[in-house]
Amino acid sequence: MIKHDVVIVGSGLAGMRAALEVCKDLDVAVLSKVYPTRSHSGAAQGGIAASLGNSEPDSWEEHFYDTVKGGDFLNDQDAVEEFVKAAPSVIYELEHLGCVFSRTPNGKIAQRSFGGHSKPRACFSADRTGHAILHALHEQLLKSAKSVKIYSEWYMHSLILDGDRCNGIVVSDIRTGAVEVMQARAVIFATGGYGRVFNITSNAFAGTADGVMSAYRAGIPIEDAEFVQYHPSGLYRQGILFSEAARGEGGYLLNGKGERFMEKYAPSRMELAPRDIVARAEQSEMDAGRGVDGKDIIHLDLRHLGKARIMERLPQIRQLGIDFIGVDCITDPLPIQPTAHYSMGGIPVDKFGQVISDAEGTPVKGFFAAGECACVSVHGANRLGTNSLLDAVVFGERAGKVALEYAKTVGHAPVNESHEKTKVLELFEEIFQQDGGECYNDIRNEMKTIMTENCGVFRDADRLKVCIETIQNLRQRYKKGKVTDKGKVFNTEVYEIIELGNMLGMAEVIATAALARNESRGGHHRTDFPKRDDQNFLKHSLVYLTDDGMEIKYKPVVITKHQPAERTY
Amino acid sequence: MATFRIKRYNPEKQAESYYEEFELDIKHGMTLLDCMNEIKWTLDGSFTYRMSCRSAICGSCAVKANGHSLLACQRQGAHLVKDDDTIVLEPLGNMKPIKDLAVDFKPFWDKIDKINPYLQPNEKAPKEERKQSPEQFRLIDDSSTCIMCGACYSDCNVLEVDDNFLGPAALAKAQRFVQDSRDGKTLERVRDLSKPGGIWDCTHCAECVERCPKPAQPFHRIKEIMTVALDQGVTNNNGARHALSFTKSVKSSGSLNENIIPVESVGIFNIKGLFDLLPVGLRMFFKGKNPPIFHKSIDDVEDVKRIYMELDE
Ligand SMILES: Cc1cc2nc3c(=O)[nH]c(=O)nc-3n(C[C@H](O)[C@H](O)[C@H](O)COP(=O)(O)OP(=O)(O)OC[C@H]3O[C@@H](n4cnc5c(N)ncnc54)[C@H](O)[C@@H]3O)c2cc1C
Ligand code: SF4
Ligand code: SF4
Ligand code: FES
Repeated sequence: MIKHDVVIVGSGLAGMRAALEVCKDLDVAVLSKVYPTRSHSGAAQGGIAASLGNSEPDSWEEHFYDTVKGGDFLNDQDAVEEFVKAAPSVIYELEHLGCVFSRTPNGKIAQRSFGGHSKPRACFSADRTGHAILHALHEQLLKSAKSVKIYSEWYMHSLILDGDRCNGIVVSDIRTGAVEVMQARAVIFATGGYGRVFNITSNAFAGTADGVMSAYRAGIPIEDAEFVQYHPSGLYRQGILFSEAARGEGGYLLNGKGERFMEKYAPSRMELAPRDIVARAEQSEMDAGRGVDGKDIIHLDLRHLGKARIMERLPQIRQLGIDFIGVDCITDPLPIQPTAHYSMGGIPVDKFGQVISDAEGTPVKGFFAAGECACVSVHGANRLGTNSLLDAVVFGERAGKVALEYAKTVGHAPVNESHEKTKVLELFEEIFQQDGGECYNDIRNEMKTIMTENCGVFRDADRLKVCIETIQNLRQRYKKGKVTDKGKVFNTEVYEIIELGNMLGMAEVIATAALARNESRGGHHRTDFPKRDDQNFLKHSLVYLTDDGMEIKYKPVVITKHQPAERTY
Repeated sequence: MATFRIKRYNPEKQAESYYEEFELDIKHGMTLLDCMNEIKWTLDGSFTYRMSCRSAICGSCAVKANGHSLLACQRQGAHLVKDDDTIVLEPLGNMKPIKDLAVDFKPFWDKIDKINPYLQPNEKAPKEERKQSPEQFRLIDDSSTCIMCGACYSDCNVLEVDDNFLGPAALAKAQRFVQDSRDGKTLERVRDLSKPGGIWDCTHCAECVERCPKPAQPFHRIKEIMTVALDQGVTNNNGARHALSFTKSVKSSGSLNENIIPVESVGIFNIKGLFDLLPVGLRMFFKGKNPPIFHKSIDDVEDVKRIYMELDE
């Protein structure tokens, strides 16, 4: 049995930031299924929000209102207030740690505009902000190597709960296949989002809901799972992101007839309307058969900007098009479609990262979560760009602090090692022994396709029911698959199968929560209930796994300063 | 149809690696990583490699294709097909394979660790941000784009013969701190980096610049560290002496005096140093390499000359 004071699962911004707090006083393990710098936080391009006011006067009050309005008033405002107030000091701290930021002429951190923010408050490092922060935090971890042990390419399988207390996790070393129990006084999950359940997504292959699902299997609910953000400019078929900057620089969106269709949907803001509105406009065009060549393609046309401007302002985007789909945006329009981008929902936590198990806020002792896998909820029904890196850093730090304080007051609780280990060994054994005729790849593809088609930008009761049925069916087929690689060493195939199991569970939770929410709010749009319904649905959903299947409960929204108002831009 | 000739290795099955061929129809727009996934998901589930972001930012998917390292997710599969309709895939070089295309990055990370890869400011942090001008930011902009993919490390010629060499990625990372206006340990850093295994052991072959998928371009960063080292007067080492002697030679005769340079660079009275030259030369020779410092292709001599001119300025 491996023993640490505190174990952190995930080494993106949230996990590493938490580790830096814990290691001040206790011994901490950071476990990640990919090497820490390969975590998905590194893919964030645009920026990280804070009302520094470096290029225009700004205030936390404005950041507060923008965030709540962007979230369609489902955010918990007490948490939002602390979140935006903490932002400036958190950014300064990153700078002090050595993070590389782009600068204003007078040497301050540069800030730019971003969708939904009324002020230029996105601090950035060229077009690789997440990467800059991720590497700066990693540098600090290397510096703290004495008290931080990194388990790179280790996989977390399950959470060890004893009543209302968390005592560790069960893990395996991807490189050797060895299963181990990690005993800890406190566990922090920072396992990121779960966009991989969709066919078209901007998320990395690692975004497979492992953390959220292992909490769920242990009896902890998932909050607001129905809220998934779709970004308007994902590369056709691949889903990888063309940043908002392309539209910011004046790019047009064209349908198959060559029309700038945004005229019909948002005549004043056109291509620069908020993400959910643009994504829905694109989907409407494609659904009406007005996609390019009748396919699910919208054209992002930059040609009129001219070669010089593209080369100067959008060189990365041009390179992406050339490398990833063989299209040069100087001479041809880029094929795009909406892409599943961000998970607003997740493991319910209070504003300190303490995991809670019900609407009353009952804590699961010794279990904390932060970043995209957690739901505070500061983002409500739709998060604003640049607010999620901030979320990961602010709540990563907070979760680290409270986990440290907690762990100092308790000892290690006993863990039944062989029992916990056996459960995971059996999971492996089951996969190795299965000799069915089903192909995991087909199951994965069918899940992703039905999720994008029936539980995507537009949803309705009929489609969601079909979606749930399909997923349940796939879960049966999943039990009859067949693995090729039965080895122990670096068996990526078997881990992909385990991840698929998690994603199937997550997909069902998302679709079930979506079916129960008979309204449209933020990222969740029901064509059969196209209006927001504050009367009945100004509340967070909590999906539980019970012995008789899923159960949905609700939790009130915390409203302090801003009463729900119509969301117009 | 293209043929993927893939170097397979599975220590659980057999000790030796072997090549296996897979036929795949590369559809329009498929990246090399898409092709690899197609092979894994439809032809052979045991085919092993790393991947995550699919957008050339996480650094997981570097492999050797047709003999050179690259990011699989960043290249169009069709562009890599050779005249004989094949693509050869192998693991990165200079690191030990674990299984198929997944290699052990430990030596790579160990070297990153060696350069003290974190900011070491002299002053206490102010209340707000430390100031840094856009020009100062630009000095570290390129090196900070490194995604630690190991493509440069894989194809660096010196690492093939000298395990002790820090290698391109660690040196590029070092430049990020050497030239960070906020760092207070510039002199200590360039002193360390001028020791054996550091900047002066690079042979200027520029292979790492060819292979680097990002603007990090290690060799250019190495030249920048050299400039700082000489600026700071860190010249009491073979490499720096070499550079200075080189400049003298180029300047006085307009050509390189290959006999005198190695001798001057170890110091004319440094007998042990002179002997040490021998094995390095021999090791390079046996590996089919040219002597250190001089690049195999003569085209680059111009470049080398220019570099030293730059260093001199
Ligand atoms: C393309 C793209 C661009 C974005 N741009 C921006 C932006 O400009 N601004 C912004 O604010 N936000 C942006 N976001 C969102 C933001 O990047 C993420 O929400 C944030 O980085 C999440 O950080 P995290 O620390 O929670 O998780 P991640 O960085 O995703 O890290 C998750 C970690 O968990 C580990 N893990 C997961 N499961 C397991 C397991 N079973 N066992 C072991 N380890 C596990 C992973 O290895 C990884 O280390 C973007 C997202 C994408 C996809
Ligand atoms: S230029 Fe130097 S560091 Fe780069 S590959 Fe050649 S020898 Fe290695
Ligand atoms: S310097 Fe370039 S090639 Fe080397 S690890 Fe960094 S990004 Fe990869
Ligand atoms: S998969 Fe991340 S760099 Fe290729």
